[in-house]
Amino acid sequence: MTLLDLFPESAPPLERRPVLELRGAARDFPGDPPVHALHATDLVVQSGDYLCIVGPSGSGKSTLLHLLGLLDRPTAGEYLLDGIPTAAAAERTRAQLRAAHIGFVFQAFHLLPHRSVLENVLLATLYAGVPRGQRHARAHAALERVGLAHRVDFLPTLLSGGERQRAAVARAVVSSPRVLLADEPTGNLDTESSAGVLDLFDELHADGLTLVVITHNPDVSARASRRVHITDGYLREEV
Amino acid sequence: MRAGSASSESPASPASPASPVSPAAPALATVPRGDRFGARDLMAEAAAGIGARPGRLLLTILGTVLGIASVVVTVGLAQTAAGQINKQFDAVAATQAVAKPASSTSAFGQTVALGTLPWDAQARAARLAGVEAAGTISAVDVGGADVTAVPVNDPSAARTASPPVLATSPGLLDAIGGRVVTGRYFDAGHDERGDRVVVLGADAARRLGVQRVDRQPSVFIGDVAYQVIGIVDDVRRRPDVLAAVLMPEGTARVEFGLTSPGELHLRLALGAGPVVGPQLPVALAPTDPASIDVAVPPSTSRLRESVAADVNTIFLALGAVALLIGGVGIANVTLLSVMERVGEIGLRRALGATRRMIGAQFVLESVVVGLLGGLVGAALGVVVVVAVSAAQSWTPILDLGMVALAAVAGGVIGLVAGLYPALKAASVEPVSALRAGL
Repeated sequence: MTLLDLFPESAPPLERRPVLELRGAARDFPGDPPVHALHATDLVVQSGDYLCIVGPSGSGKSTLLHLLGLLDRPTAGEYLLDGIPTAAAAERTRAQLRAAHIGFVFQAFHLLPHRSVLENVLLATLYAGVPRGQRHARAHAALERVGLAHRVDFLPTLLSGGERQRAAVARAVVSSPRVLLADEPTGNLDTESSAGVLDLFDELHADGLTLVVITHNPDVSARASRRVHITDGYLREEV
Repeated sequence: MRAGSASSESPASPASPASPVSPAAPALATVPRGDRFGARDLMAEAAAGIGARPGRLLLTILGTVLGIASVVVTVGLAQTAAGQINKQFDAVAATQAVAKPASSTSAFGQTVALGTLPWDAQARAARLAGVEAAGTISAVDVGGADVTAVPVNDPSAARTASPPVLATSPGLLDAIGGRVVTGRYFDAGHDERGDRVVVLGADAARRLGVQRVDRQPSVFIGDVAYQVIGIVDDVRRRPDVLAAVLMPEGTARVEFGLTSPGELHLRLALGAGPVVGPQLPVALAPTDPASIDVAVPPSTSRLRESVAADVNTIFLALGAVALLIGGVGIANVTLLSVMERVGEIGLRRALGATRRMIGAQFVLESVVVGLLGGLVGAALGVVVVVAVSAAQSWTPILDLGMVALAAVAGGVIGLVAGLYPALKAASVEPVSALRAGL
């Protein structure tokens, strides 16, 4: 079973088109002297891309991810998500866009410790406006997709690291987002678990999901279809 | 594509001419109201947030429980105690009145009576509405004569004080709430004829060695024999009656030259004091009402209110302080909880929660915690009031509306206490929050 069977509406469009688009977007942090975390950047992520952002710590990776994930606003330039300009959009609109279009996977999993795996996945459907009647079915399907059907009622604290990250992936894809943003998804995992999560990413990519992954793990970047290097706030795409 | 199926375009998504957007490009979908994050989801999330840490919940509501319970207990005990006080006042003080001639002090330091009570004072008073019983009583000057059971003149015996002799009207015993232990009290006939009969107070009877009256014992005042027709006990007022020898006023007039009754005692219907008070002097001395002093009880309702108000004010102030402490406790723990759950807040924001949703969730959690504390506290308070009343054999008096209000007050305290922490939670920046982890 693939995600496409479960969520036919998330099927990739026949033609590739831009999902994320940075147009001269920059992010400065005020201070003395001000920090130019990200210089004016142009970046287009097409639907179906598997983009990897690689760079040393302090290079502006996280700033870029926060901009792409609508968690932060550029101080200059524009950012289009699915063709919708967001730089000056109201906070409410950005929250709605975030809920419906973006799935996050974090290095530290960010699962609520006192809620079951299923409840953690359901949490994403609450804010994304998934029809009430479909929430449970979708959450179960997403957990089955990541191979955690047998862990549905467990508390996250009882899962292994790899299983936790799989649960987080299930939460990220349950609302059928346009793009999956992952911040060092294997940073807290051993090699074997890392490989498992990366295999899952490959499968999701094959299903047509757009992925943007930040990492400095070469195993991860090796699997991506596009690689972007970031150094001191400047982006350079590997051709 | 789910979002693409939406027919209406949000104003937030004007098609930028420069962007190579395909015709099928999705706009920001409008989610049907029923599927949005609504009250139901908010409730569920708040409930889960509260239920996640039962131990913490107990500590959080402890302050409110104690505050609400102390308010309920203090108000409940105040009401109960006021009820008890009322009962006592009602039973004795609130139904007793005394009238006697007004007096003033002369230039030579002597107390001079300004008027006299009429011989028929008892009958005059009994005619007034609100008077249930009336009777006069006066001290009788027996001219130093001994009161003895046996007339033995033994010059060598040590002289002992005789019991005092009092003259009363037939209605007095009822007016001062006394009881005939044996025999009878004298009546109007004895009074009119001036019969030589006496009734003994219980202590006087013991002293004179009289225990029963069926064999018609006599006591001697001086050399004159008086037949004992009864013994009385258990008076509520004028306890000196118990140690005295009582004779009819008519007898005292004939034998000892009593000039007028000394005091008029009345037993009133509950609350009749303010009505009887002004009427009594006029009834007793129509030509000179000012010559009669009347002491009537204050209005019972006024008494009840003043007692209840005093007690309630003190206890409510204490309860308010306790509630304030409870509210500060909730605010503290909720604030702490916000700090602790910064990661969760960041995650929720990343999942698409607006500031408003986050704030609403924390306010609701705080309200529910407060309401829980209020309910538990109110219940605890009721139990304590009932238990204390049972231990004291009191009738528990508790305004149930007040109890319900106390429970609701817990929710209000939760609301007020939760506002600042909720604002804090809503203002958390997701970027920094996510860095904090869970």
